Amino acid sequence: MARRPLLRLALSRLEGPQTLGRGRAFWITVVAVVALAAAYPLIEDAYTVGNTIYFFDWVFMALGLCLIWGYGGALSFGQTAFFGIAGYVYGIVTVDFGADHGLTLVATVVAVAASALFAAVLGYFLFFGRIGGVFLGIVTLAVTLVLERFMAQTAGPEWHVGAARLNGFNGMSGMPPLTIPWPGDDIVLSPDVPLYYVVLMLLVLTYLGLRILVNSSFGNVLVAIRENPQRATMLGYDVRKYQLGAFVIGSALAGFSGVLYTSWGQYITPSSMGLTAAALPIVWVAVGGRSDLTTTLLGTIVILSGFQALTIYGSQYALVVMGLLLVLTVLFAPEGLITALIGLPRRLFKGRKQREPL
Amino acid sequence: MAILETRNLNKRFGGLQVTSDVNLALEPGELHCLIGPNGAGKSTLFRLILGEYAPSSGQVIYDGHDITALQSHDRIRRGISVKFQVPGIFKALSVRQNLEIALQHHLEGHSLRGAIKSQLEFLNLSADAAQLAGNLSHGQKQWLEIGMAVALKPKLLLLDEPTAGMSPDETRATGDLVRALNAEGMTVLAVEHDMAFVRQVASRVTVLHFGRIFAQGDIDSIVADERVAEIYLGQGHGPHHG
Repeated sequence: MARRPLLRLALSRLEGPQTLGRGRAFWITVVAVVALAAAYPLIEDAYTVGNTIYFFDWVFMALGLCLIWGYGGALSFGQTAFFGIAGYVYGIVTVDFGADHGLTLVATVVAVAASALFAAVLGYFLFFGRIGGVFLGIVTLAVTLVLERFMAQTAGPEWHVGAARLNGFNGMSGMPPLTIPWPGDDIVLSPDVPLYYVVLMLLVLTYLGLRILVNSSFGNVLVAIRENPQRATMLGYDVRKYQLGAFVIGSALAGFSGVLYTSWGQYITPSSMGLTAAALPIVWVAVGGRSDLTTTLLGTIVILSGFQALTIYGSQYALVVMGLLLVLTVLFAPEGLITALIGLPRRLFKGRKQREPL
Repeated sequence: MAILETRNLNKRFGGLQVTSDVNLALEPGELHCLIGPNGAGKSTLFRLILGEYAPSSGQVIYDGHDITALQSHDRIRRGISVKFQVPGIFKALSVRQNLEIALQHHLEGHSLRGAIKSQLEFLNLSADAAQLAGNLSHGQKQWLEIGMAVALKPKLLLLDEPTAGMSPDETRATGDLVRALNAEGMTVLAVEHDMAFVRQVASRVTVLHFGRIFAQGDIDSIVADERVAEIYLGQGHGPHHG
C-alpha cells in the first residue's frame, strides 16, 4: 500500500515546471517516437541498426551534462574523464574475469561505480572548495587531459592490471560485449538488433527517471541554485551538497556511456578523454538546449548523426563545423537551437497578438 | 536572554576596519532598526550575522548558542532569515515555484500546496502565481522575497533596506507587513534609510558610524540627538528626511 502513493508521486513528476512537454499530446508523441524507434530495426539491416546504437551510447553522457550544467549551472568540461574511467574499468574487469555468469553486467556496475566514486572525490574538492564558474570548467578539463596523457604513456608491458594490458595510446581492445546470462545459452549483445533494444529501453528509462528527478524537490533546489546560489543558501539549502549530488549522478551517466561505448566497439583509447572528445558533449548539449532534457536528447542525436555524415565526406572539417555551430548558437540562440525553435511559434504568435490593437 | 548578540565583532579587509567592536543585543520580539550613513558597516554587519563573512575577531551568539563557526545555511536552519536589498528572487522561475522552493523544507504534498496558496494570498500575488518572478513590479518582487524569507517561519528576520526603490504607498504597506510579522512574534532587525519607515515600525534604533555603534535608543531620542543629525548632515542627508 505504501508503494502505490510513491509510484503515483513519481509519475506525477514526469511533467512539471522544469521540463518541456506536458499533457496528452506530448506523451502520445513520445510513445509514437519510441514506437518508431522500436520499429526501426524492421526496416533497416542489422549492420545499420548496430551503428545507430553508437549514437544512443553518447546520449547518457549528454543527459548527465544537461543535469550538471543545464539544471545545476555548473559547467563541467571534463565529463569524458568519467566516460574514460568507466570504459577502462569495464575493459580491465572483463578481460581479467571474462564474460560468463553475467560478469559483464557486474563489470558495468563496477565501472559506473568507479566513475561515480571519482566524481564524488573530485566534486567534493571542487564544490566544498567553492570552485565555481569558469574555474570549474578549467579544473575538470585539466583532469580529463591529465587522464588522457597518463593513459597514453601506458604502452609498456609493466602497465597491466592482471592480464589486462593498458596499451598506451593504442588503447585496450578485445574486451567482450555485454552478455546477459540465460539458461541454455548466454545472450551476447554485439552491435546488433538485441543490443539496440536494450540500449533504447535504457535510454527511455533514463530520460523518464531524469524527468522525475528534475521535477522533484531536488530538481527545484538545483534550478534555484543555478538562478541565485546566494538566495538558495539563505533559504537554508547547502548548495554544495546539491551541486555534488548532480555532479555524481551526471558523471555516473557519463560512465555508463563509457561502458556502452567500450562494450559496443570493444575498444577504448586515451583519445576518448582528449580535448576534442571533451568539447563535443558541450556542443551537443549547448546546441540542442542545455536547460531541458528533451532538447538535449534530440539535439545530441541530431548533431551526432549530422557529425557522422559530415565525417564521411569531410573528415576533420566536421570538427570545424561543430565549432562553428557552437559559436553560432552562443551568439544567436544562447538557450539552444531546439529550444529557440520550440519558442518560435509562441514568439511569433505573441508578437502578432501584441500588434493587434494597433 | 537576547535572541541575537554580537560580541566585540570586528571585520577587517586588509587595512580597512569595516566594523569595530560591535556589541549589539536584540531582545526577542524586538523590532530594531539599524541606520547610519553609507559605508557605516551596516551591510557588513548583516553578512557577519548571516555567515557570509567570517569575522576577524568576535562572536555571534544566536538563541544562546555561539554560531560564529556555522555555515550560512545552518544558521538559516536554526531560524534566521534574510531579505536582501536587491530582490534575491529566482527570476526565471514562476512566483509559485519561488515560494515552493522556500516552503518545501518542512512541507510536502497537500500541506505544501495549501501553504503556497495562503502565502500567495498573504502577499497579494495570487493572480500572478504563474508569472515569472522576473516580470513582477519592483514592489511585488520585494514582497515576494519577504514572503520567501518568512516562509521559513524564522525567529529572527533580517531586512536589508526593505523599502528601497518603493513608492510612499508601497513603503507604508511594507511597514504594515513588517509590523504584522513582528506582532506574530518574529524578532526583526532592519537596515533602512527611509526615516518615515523607521518611525513607523522601529521600537529601538541603533546608529552605526565608521563601523562603530554611535548611538542607540528609541526613535525619538535618536532623532533628537544632535550628534546623529551631524553625521547625517555631513552626508547632506538628515535623519529627518523622508
